[in-house]
Amino acid sequence: MTDSQNSNNNEKDEKMTTSHATPASLSSVASARTLSQPGTALLGTGLETRGVHAWFGKKHVLSDVTLDFAAGTVTALIGPSGCGKSTFLRTLNRMHEFIPTAAMAGEVLLDGKDIYAPGTDVTKIRLRVGMVFQKPNPFPSMTIGQNVLSGLKLAQIKKSDTDDLLESCLTRAGLWSEVKDRLGEHGGALSGGQQQRLCIARSLAVEPQVLLMDEPCSALDPGSTFRIEETIAELAKTMTIVIVTHNMQQAARVSDYTAFFLSDGGPGEMIEAAPTSRIFSSPQDKRTEDYVTGRFG
Amino acid sequence: MNKVIPAPSKPWQPTLVDKFEDLLIIVGSLGAAGAIVKLTGLNGKLGFFFAFFFTLLVANFAFHFAKRGLQAAKDSLLQVFTAMAIVVTLIPIISIVATVVSKGYKGLHWGLLTKDMALASVNDPIAAGGLLHALVGTIIMVGGALIISFPIGVLTALYLTEINGKLARPIKFLVQAMSGVPSIVAGLFILSSLVYPVTKALSGLMGSLALTILMIPTIARTSEEMLRLIPNELREAGVALGGTQWRTVAGVVLPAAKSGLVTAIILGIARIIGETAPLLLVTGGGDALNTNPTSGAMGSLPYYIWKAFLTGGTPEAFARAWGGMLVLLSFIFILFGLARYLSGRKVG
Amino acid sequence: MAIELKERPTPPPARQITTKPRRSDQVFRIIVTIGGMASLVILGLIALFLSIKGMHILVDEKFNFITESRWEVITDETGNVSEANFGIGAMLIGTMLSAAIAILVGVPISVLSALYLTFYANGKVKKILISVIDLMAAFPSLLFGFWGFFIFMSSAEYWAKLINKYLGFIPLFDVPTPIFERSPFIAGLVLAIMIIPIVTSISREIFDQTPLDRVQAAYALGATKLAMIKAVVIPYGRGGIIGGAMLGLGRAMGETVAVYTVLNVVYQVNWQILFGAGGNVASLILLKFGEAGPYEVDALMAAGLILFLLTLLVNAVADLLINRFGGKGR
Repeated sequence: MTDSQNSNNNEKDEKMTTSHATPASLSSVASARTLSQPGTALLGTGLETRGVHAWFGKKHVLSDVTLDFAAGTVTALIGPSGCGKSTFLRTLNRMHEFIPTAAMAGEVLLDGKDIYAPGTDVTKIRLRVGMVFQKPNPFPSMTIGQNVLSGLKLAQIKKSDTDDLLESCLTRAGLWSEVKDRLGEHGGALSGGQQQRLCIARSLAVEPQVLLMDEPCSALDPGSTFRIEETIAELAKTMTIVIVTHNMQQAARVSDYTAFFLSDGGPGEMIEAAPTSRIFSSPQDKRTEDYVTGRFG
Repeated sequence: MNKVIPAPSKPWQPTLVDKFEDLLIIVGSLGAAGAIVKLTGLNGKLGFFFAFFFTLLVANFAFHFAKRGLQAAKDSLLQVFTAMAIVVTLIPIISIVATVVSKGYKGLHWGLLTKDMALASVNDPIAAGGLLHALVGTIIMVGGALIISFPIGVLTALYLTEINGKLARPIKFLVQAMSGVPSIVAGLFILSSLVYPVTKALSGLMGSLALTILMIPTIARTSEEMLRLIPNELREAGVALGGTQWRTVAGVVLPAAKSGLVTAIILGIARIIGETAPLLLVTGGGDALNTNPTSGAMGSLPYYIWKAFLTGGTPEAFARAWGGMLVLLSFIFILFGLARYLSGRKVG
Repeated sequence: MAIELKERPTPPPARQITTKPRRSDQVFRIIVTIGGMASLVILGLIALFLSIKGMHILVDEKFNFITESRWEVITDETGNVSEANFGIGAMLIGTMLSAAIAILVGVPISVLSALYLTFYANGKVKKILISVIDLMAAFPSLLFGFWGFFIFMSSAEYWAKLINKYLGFIPLFDVPTPIFERSPFIAGLVLAIMIIPIVTSISREIFDQTPLDRVQAAYALGATKLAMIKAVVIPYGRGGIIGGAMLGLGRAMGETVAVYTVLNVVYQVNWQILFGAGGNVASLILLKFGEAGPYEVDALMAAGLILFLLTLLVNAVADLLINRFGGKGR
């Protein structure tokens, strides 16, 4: 398994270096890390995009993004607002198509298979690629416990040991100790930060390979943000995480890789992608440097 | 650098193959339903419909179960159920329009607009009578109702949107409650408050007043919706320029809502133009042309139709009734089309 | 971590911001407020005048007016009323029965239609369907009545016979003699057709308001449309839909002309919905009004008052439910 994964990654390296002038291939670094961690073979080979474009109606909002998210890594997508990073994130689990005028081009590969291929069951894709939204959105009609297990109910997955699952999801989301005595209360009774961790726990219950987070801390106070960041670090051991953030410090704190997006008035483009330390210390592109040093944005 | 931008696509939309498969399922179910009707005791349109519905459910479920599993199959059932509900909703409206047009056109002739029914009996040829009296009566009564209910409706709407005082919530409720007043109660109210104690006679004006009660809530609610569409910045701009609230409303808000208020009028007319029950009680419903709303029985379109159906019994009377119904339905279509056209345009 | 303040500085009292409206604005406000009161005044007047005319009947008959099922006026040779018994029990039962059929048949169809319009139809088709259904809501009841009588009746009669044939052992579906024309069942179906457009548009508006973030949360968890609707849309819209159904109920209870045309209005208690006899309060008023003397008219006014109060109550509950649940979470 690891061998084939490795060679698979190498193939991708070649493709990337030939077709794109990305300074450093992400996946070579990533696969090194992947291999070094035990048990990550279960993660699959991660998520890759090939020339992804996105449109809303006639407006071209995202142009030609080719990016690999290696298994077991945290990738931060940064950039000023309107640069297409959230749109890009939403193409990764096919939430993009909920906007009636939306269109796209390119491929998104999950374990090497295009999730946009005809005949793909989109609900199965979303079970494997979970999502946490900007605003905490627990289901108000359900209790805390029901919220965590709502994914199982929604996708009609039968599980026998739901109590264990409930505990493990809440523990991984860093919420167990706070809510273990009040699982029967409604989700709305929690604070904003707790609600967001509840939403994370909810998406963990269906055991996704990849977790997408769309500015998960933007509606939260610093204390809650810190707790969520801890949770992200914990989760990264067992899954691939892609996080969109406005906050560069947050990107620096939580991510292994960072991709910088920018729009010059036209469609958003990915300017640079590299290990996070490199993006913040020695970016290759002038625009990245200007952004991370706070000259604009 | 010359980048090639690929064509936008929507890979989530059903492909041609998917559409073809769906069509195949529908056609197959139609065929199977036909076969079931032939082979078993089921008969009639209802039998066919149920057979079709049932086979469509089974076929859809089986197809999606085989293709994508149980969840997708259950999901497809909901789609069949909702689509069938829409079909069931649409069947009556199509049937109604088709019936009125196919039966009503026989009753149409140019004399409709020039003659009344004063001298025509139920056995006379269709061309002998007309609905001049009914048209004139309806126009007078609806016009009268409009003159009273438009100011009241708009003032109510203004209270809810511009003043929005403590009573806004109860008044909103009362307007809602008023729209639920059964039309026959409106008729009884006019009888008990005006006809018996004051005028002691039925007339067109009484009809107008009864219709007013039914019209006010429609105008008030539509106007309120339309006034709410006016952006608050416009009001603030008016006040910031030193205008009083009154000047802002009269000079900025109402002109901006003009087409919305016209829509309210049109929907109000559409609400009452076919209203029958109160007119049966309070107008007297004459057969001769009467242009004086304050005295004498006054005919109206709904009364004309009602009378032709219930007291006629001859082919001519039925043709007249359906003809009148076609005229009434045409009015509603025109009013509704106008309202759609106006509200489709940008407010302001 | 909380820092405790030993002494809080007392904040200064809030200043009152007052603006005295100018004269023209005061006049404007008074006029608009008076206009706004119109609905209150009119509803009050309706109750008042119907009471003035009908109260003595209610006082005479007391609760019998609601519970009894007799409607008879006996006059002597001079035309004076010698004895009269008024009780609208039979018609109240008829009102409830036909309205209940309308709700049972109409509401499920409406809710499913609204689901189709909100979650399946899109683009042009959706726009056209919404227009057509709104147009249907504007059709006068006269039209439904005569269409029901001339076109719909024969089909409905056939369905009634089928139901009677296979479910006739249930008392509700039994008939004393095989007369299936103009039954409460058919009246109920016509009323159902009349309320479907109304309940559909209310339900559609409520479904449209379902918070998008919850819908997306469900989809992001791998829900199918069915699962999403069950988990998010229905819990959110339940109260509003019940309110919409109540509005439909109010409309069905007060309907006059359509019921009068498709129902064989006979003054008797009829629980057998497939049998061609029955009525409702509104159609009774229309039926009896033509030949009623002054005394009987007062009884009809009393019946109108009961109908008015009944629909007011139903509408109040509907309004409460729609506002309570229409725009909020649970």
